[in-house]
Amino acid sequence: MHRRFLLLTTAAVLAAPALHGARAQSGASITGAGATFPNPLYQKWAEAAKAAGGPALNYQSVGSGAGQAQIRNRTVDFGASDAPMTGELLKENKLLQFPTTMGALVPIVNLPGVAIDQLKLTGDVLADIYLGNITKWNDARIAELNKGLDLPNLAIAPIYRADGSGTTYVWVSYLSAVSPEWKTKVGVGTSVKWPVGNGARGNEGVSATVRNTHGAIGYTENAYALQSKLTTTQLRNKAGQFVTPTPASFLAAAAGADWSVPNFVANVINTGGVTSWPIVAPTFILVPLNPADAARATNVFRFFDWAFTHGDAAAQQLEYIPLPDAVKQTVRAAWRRVQDTSGKPVWSS
Amino acid sequence: MAPGAGHERQAGLELLNVMSGATARDIFDQAPARRGGWGDAIFAALCHAAGGFVLVLLGGIILTLFLGGLPAFRAFGVGFLWSTEWDPVQEIFGAGVSIYGTVVTAMLAITMAVPLAFGIAVTLTHLAPVWMRGPIGTAVELLAAVPSIIYGMWGFYFVVPFMANTIQPILIDGLGGVAIIGSLFQGPPFGTGIFTAALILAIMILPFIAATARDAFNQVPTVHQESAYALGCTTTEVVRDVVLPYANTAVAGGVMLGLGRALGETMAVTFVIGNANRISTSLFASGNTVASQMALEFGETETGSLKLAALLALGFMLFVISFIVLALSRLLLRPRSEQAVRKPRAGAPREAEPSITR
Repeated sequence: MHRRFLLLTTAAVLAAPALHGARAQSGASITGAGATFPNPLYQKWAEAAKAAGGPALNYQSVGSGAGQAQIRNRTVDFGASDAPMTGELLKENKLLQFPTTMGALVPIVNLPGVAIDQLKLTGDVLADIYLGNITKWNDARIAELNKGLDLPNLAIAPIYRADGSGTTYVWVSYLSAVSPEWKTKVGVGTSVKWPVGNGARGNEGVSATVRNTHGAIGYTENAYALQSKLTTTQLRNKAGQFVTPTPASFLAAAAGADWSVPNFVANVINTGGVTSWPIVAPTFILVPLNPADAARATNVFRFFDWAFTHGDAAAQQLEYIPLPDAVKQTVRAAWRRVQDTSGKPVWSS
Repeated sequence: MAPGAGHERQAGLELLNVMSGATARDIFDQAPARRGGWGDAIFAALCHAAGGFVLVLLGGIILTLFLGGLPAFRAFGVGFLWSTEWDPVQEIFGAGVSIYGTVVTAMLAITMAVPLAFGIAVTLTHLAPVWMRGPIGTAVELLAAVPSIIYGMWGFYFVVPFMANTIQPILIDGLGGVAIIGSLFQGPPFGTGIFTAALILAIMILPFIAATARDAFNQVPTVHQESAYALGCTTTEVVRDVVLPYANTAVAGGVMLGLGRALGETMAVTFVIGNANRISTSLFASGNTVASQMALEFGETETGSLKLAALLALGFMLFVISFIVLALSRLLLRPRSEQAVRKPRAGAPREAEPSITR
């Protein structure tokens, strides 16, 4: 008797999620996989879009590389990647690439007596720190930028992301843009051959290591630095002005970028505006140009159309940078390139 | 079958008869048919399949790793094994740094864990009062049950700051200037690095070695030990001259098991080793291990890239290293009784049992 009751309960518990899943599938549902950086935003959008009657999104933050692999194998409706795919690969795999949102990277430091956004740094100083050419905090080149600050005779401990990540991709893209030596010696990738320093795992690892180590410097997404109250720094932009990492300086960077390039691979790094923050990067979505199931492809665009129209507040709340409206319009126009088997665009409006 | 078995079975069947209401004759008539019937064949086939499945599975994993890593072996040749280059941008890969890190951390961990494990085992078998042995023994076994992510996080949030602020400054200031060994204690005190990784590994493999050593010490015949005491030996002398020589192969086997675990540990090491692809003489410098490097770089690696091939080749190398260590441990872990008993009584029924563990 008792055992039978137990069996029945177990069966009920096991069956409940299955029933639930079946119900959810009756509505429109789409799947996506890839970058971890936009994951909090995509989850938030998914929740809000579903509540508003839109498609239910199941997004798995498995990493940009895995996201690219999954969309190439067509195991998901869309892939997400921080590092843009090259034009040849897009053509070869019949994929459309478009940006959804942007994020900014900030340097973080652990220097006794130095407050948030007090230290001033330049791109070439950052590159030389990560190249091992500048090893002490009281180096003449850092001291010259920070005349009022009393910098200690302390070894600089550069910290980097040890796991392959889109964050690293953006960071080294910036170092490559400002330092010819970095470009030739190290280059750009989701993980690179770091000349000096220590690796840590994930944003949490980098920020905890910086917090634990006197004299450490690292890099992280702005959202993460804000939440963890890390000591960020000022940076000198291309126009020669020192700027602090604020939403205004990020938006200025986005507005100053040239988005008319093929596949939206806009360079938002080191843009020319007077108030622009120099390290801003878009994150991308990859969808098949020849979807096997046109209805699902339409739902993907329905989802991102909803997000472009209603999702900016959520993005700003989570410290992401919304795309400028003009960019959103060109992205929507590009969606028409995705066609069903009869050659009719799956998205029209 | 022994001559008396028939009688016993008859008696057993009569008992069944009483219980089930069937006659003994009914059941007895069915018995010979059952012996050679389908049941046995199916059962044997299922067991064979289960046994064979392990071989197929293992072979499949090795083959997958090898075939996946083949492009890397082709591109870099034998030099892949010791090249210290790991440049994802230029697509030049070598296993040198991670193999070095794997071997050095594992060896250091063994060096730290073995004396401690030995002390625990002697305490548990010879020194501690009987009421204390239970709690200490349980604590050792519980240590083995802690998931490695817990060791990793504990290491990262507690051990690393402690090393950075206390242990490393003392050692670097104290020993850094000394000739020769000074080079082992150099560099900024990050807290992470080869030494910290080895320390965490030592704690993780401690329970394996301690438990094996305790069981081995318990196998030492009491007669031998009592005789030694009767001859006037001290506890130290009994442990050194009677217990250890008797148990040494089993203890060595336990050490090998620990070594196997230390070589393959991923999560805990990733948190504390510093993840730098460089070889340094200093113990406090950052390094990398095969398992940790694979775990870190896998997520962002594109399918079909040379980097993925290099990572799979690394996995294959780890497999080879672990296989050597495990083979050695199997060799050393053969029970003493089996080694002694096997030759004179070859073919005896007992033979079948230990062969499972071989």
